Amino acid sequence: MSATTLTTRDATPPPVHYLNHDKSLKSWLLTLDHKRIGLMYLVTVATAFMVAGVLAMLVRYELINPGMDIMTAETYNKVFSMHGIMMVFLFIIPSIPAVMGNFVLPMHLGAKDVAFPRLNLASYYIFVAGGLLVVGALIVGNVDAGWTFYTPYSSRSSDSVLFMTMAVFVAGFSSILTGLNFIVTVHKMRAPGLTWNRLPLFVWGIYATSIVQVLATPVIGITMVLLFFERLLGIGIFDPALGGDPVLFQHFFWFYSHPAVYIMILPAFGIISELIAVFSRHPIHGYRFVALSSVAIAFLGFLVWGHHMFVSGQSAISAVIFSLITYLIGIPTGVKMFNWVATMYRGSIWLQTPMLYALSFLFLFAIGGFTGIALGVLALDVHLHDTYFVVGHFHYVMMGGTVIAALGGLHYWWPKITGKMYNEMLGKIAAALIFVGFNITFFTQLVLGTQGMPRRYYDYLPRFETMHEVSTYGSWILGAGLFIVLFYLLASLFRGRTASSNPWGAATLEWTHATSPPDPHNFHQTPIVSRGPYDFHLLSEEFGDGHATQEIADTRETQPG
Amino acid sequence: MASSSSPAHADSHPAHLQHHFVSSEQQFDAAKMGMWLFLVTEILLFAGMFVAYTVYRVWYPEVFVQSSTLLNPWLGGLNTLVLLGSSFTVALSIHFIQNDNRKGLIINLALTMAAAIAFLVVKYFEYTHKFHLGVFPGEHYSYSEVAGPYVAQFFSIYYIMTGIHGLHVIIGIGLFIWLTVRATKGHFSSAWYTPVELVGLYWHIVDIIWIFLFPLLYLI
Repeated sequence: MSATTLTTRDATPPPVHYLNHDKSLKSWLLTLDHKRIGLMYLVTVATAFMVAGVLAMLVRYELINPGMDIMTAETYNKVFSMHGIMMVFLFIIPSIPAVMGNFVLPMHLGAKDVAFPRLNLASYYIFVAGGLLVVGALIVGNVDAGWTFYTPYSSRSSDSVLFMTMAVFVAGFSSILTGLNFIVTVHKMRAPGLTWNRLPLFVWGIYATSIVQVLATPVIGITMVLLFFERLLGIGIFDPALGGDPVLFQHFFWFYSHPAVYIMILPAFGIISELIAVFSRHPIHGYRFVALSSVAIAFLGFLVWGHHMFVSGQSAISAVIFSLITYLIGIPTGVKMFNWVATMYRGSIWLQTPMLYALSFLFLFAIGGFTGIALGVLALDVHLHDTYFVVGHFHYVMMGGTVIAALGGLHYWWPKITGKMYNEMLGKIAAALIFVGFNITFFTQLVLGTQGMPRRYYDYLPRFETMHEVSTYGSWILGAGLFIVLFYLLASLFRGRTASSNPWGAATLEWTHATSPPDPHNFHQTPIVSRGPYDFHLLSEEFGDGHATQEIADTRETQPG
Repeated sequence: MASSSSPAHADSHPAHLQHHFVSSEQQFDAAKMGMWLFLVTEILLFAGMFVAYTVYRVWYPEVFVQSSTLLNPWLGGLNTLVLLGSSFTVALSIHFIQNDNRKGLIINLALTMAAAIAFLVVKYFEYTHKFHLGVFPGEHYSYSEVAGPYVAQFFSIYYIMTGIHGLHVIIGIGLFIWLTVRATKGHFSSAWYTPVELVGLYWHIVDIIWIFLFPLLYLI
C-alpha cells in the first residue's frame, strides 16, 4: 500500500462525493454510477420489505386465534400469497446482490464501475417494472396461488396470475442481467495485483450467486412463459384436464427455485465472512475453503430440486438420490460455519452492531441448516411435508439467514454509503429485539409443525392456539426491532456523527482507499493491491495499532450519536 | 481482438473507450464475455422447452410421429438453408470489417437481414396454412384428419418453440438494422467493431437453435 492512502483518513467528509457532485433528479434517474444504482435499489427493496413485512404481521395477527379475526379466508390467501411473492421475488432475491453487490463489489475489486454500467441501470428499471406488475396484480385482483404458483390451481384460479407470471419473468430478467454483469466485472475489472486468492469473500459469495442467477433464472423464465400461455391459450403442458402434467411444472419450478435459495443465501455468507473477519480482527480461517465452498454450494444447489417433491409421486429411487445429494450440501455449509467459529476463536472480538448480526446469523442459520437436513431425510419429510416445520425452517434460513446478514451488511457499510454513523446503542437494542422476537416467532412454528399443524391454513384446531398466540406476540417484538432500525438509520442521515473513511479498521479496498462517502469515481487513483483482504496485521503497521477502534471509542465518549 | 491490432489507438484513448475501462482490450474482452454469458442463458431458456418436448415425446412417441407428418419438411429444410446461409454472411461481414472493408460489411449485413426476413415469410406461410386447417395449440386444436389424445400437446410445443425462436429472429432483424445504420455512419473499423461481432454471435445461436428444432419437430 502506498503512503497516499493515508490522506484519505481525515475525518472531515470530502467536499465532492458521489452523493452531492450532481444533485439534479435527472442525474439520479439516469445515473450510470454503480453506487447510486445500489442506493436506488436500497430504497426500492426496502419499500418492498416494509410492505411485505406488514402483510406478514397481518397474516400472523389473523392466526392469533382459530376462526376469523380480521380477514376472510379468501383475503387471507391473497395476503399470504402477496407476502411470499413480494418477499421472495422483490426483496430477498435482489436485496444483497443488487444493493450491496452494486455498491460494494466494484469497490472491492478496485474498479471504477461494473463492466456494463448502462446494462446495470437497465436492470434496475426492469426490476422496477417487475415490481409495478406485482403491485398491479395486487390492485386488480386475486393472486391466491401462493408464491409457488402450483398448477393446475394457478392455471385455473384467477386472471391476475397472468400479471404475476409476467412480473416474475420481468424481475427474473433483471436478476439475469445483474448476475451477468457481476460475473464479467469480477473476471475483467480487478485492480492490478488483485488475484483470485486476494478477493474479499463477499466477492466470492456474489460471484457464486451470479453463476446461479445466470444458469437457473432462464428456466423460471420459460416456466412462467409456459404458464402464461397455459392460462391464455390452454396449451395443456401443465394442466391435467388438457393432458398436461402438473408435476412437470413442479420440476421446472424447483429446478429454478431451489438454486434460488442459494441466490438468497450465498451473498449472505459473503457478508458474514466479512463481518466475522473484520470484527474478530483476524484473517478468515481457511480462506480458500470458505471461498470455494460457495462455488460448491452453487453447484450442488442445481442437483437437489427433487427434495421439494418427495410426496409428489416421483419414483422411490429418485427420491432417495435427491435425499442423498441434499445431505451433501451440509458439507460445504459446515465448512463455512466451522471456519467462522475458528476465526472468532483465534481473533479478538469487537461487539459492534454488525457483529451482533453476524453472531445472530450463526445461531439462527445453524437452526435453519439443521432443520433443513431433517427435511432432507426422506422418512422425516413425508411426516413434516407442508407443515409449519417447513415454514419455520424456511424462515430460519431466509429471514434468520439472509435478512439478518443483510441488516449486518447494511450497518457495516452504512458509514461508507452515507458518510454518517448510526446510533450504536439503539443499534444494539434493535439487534437484540430482532433476535429475541425472531426466535419467539419461528421456533414455536417448528414445534407446531412437529405437532402436525399444516402450513398455509386459515383455520386450525384449538390445541394449536397457544403456540400460534406466542408466535404472533413474537412477530410484534420482531416488527418493533425492525422499525427501530428504520428510525435510527434515517435519523443518522440528519443527526449522525460524520464517519471517518475506515471506522471499523477493515482492510478491504473500499475502506482503505476511498473516502466516506466515496468519490464519484470511487478512488482517486486505481489501487495497486499487494496483500490479502484480511491482512489486519499489515494494516496496523501502516495505520498504528488499533487506530480505528480507539478513534471510534474516543468519539463515542464525547459525542453520543 | 479489436484493439490489439492497433496499439496506436489504445495509447491515445479512442472515442469508443468508456471511462471505466483501462484499455480497449479490456473493454472488448468484457463485452465478449458478457455476450457469451447471455447466450448461455438463451440456451437454458430453450432448454426448458426441449425438456418439455423430450418428456412428451418419451411418453407418447407414436403421437409425435403422427403429428409431425403435418409439418412440411421441405419448407423447414428451406428455412434451414436460409439460416445457414445467413450465418455465413454474418461471418463474412465480420471478416470484411476486420479488413476495413465497409462496403463488404454493409452488403453482408443487408444479405443477412434479407435471409432473416425470408425465414419469417416462410414461417408465416407455414403458420397460416395450419391455422386455416384448424391446427391450433392446446385446447383450441380442431383439425379432424390428425386427431387423438396428446396431438394438441405436440402443436403446443411446436408453436411455443418456433414462436419464441421466431421472436429471436425478429429481434435479430432489429439488431441488423441498427448495425447497418451505424455502419453507414462509419462507426466501425478494424480498430473497433465489437457490436458487429456480438450480434454475429447472437445470430449464430439463433441459427444453432433452429438446427436442433428442425429435425426434432419436422423429421423424426
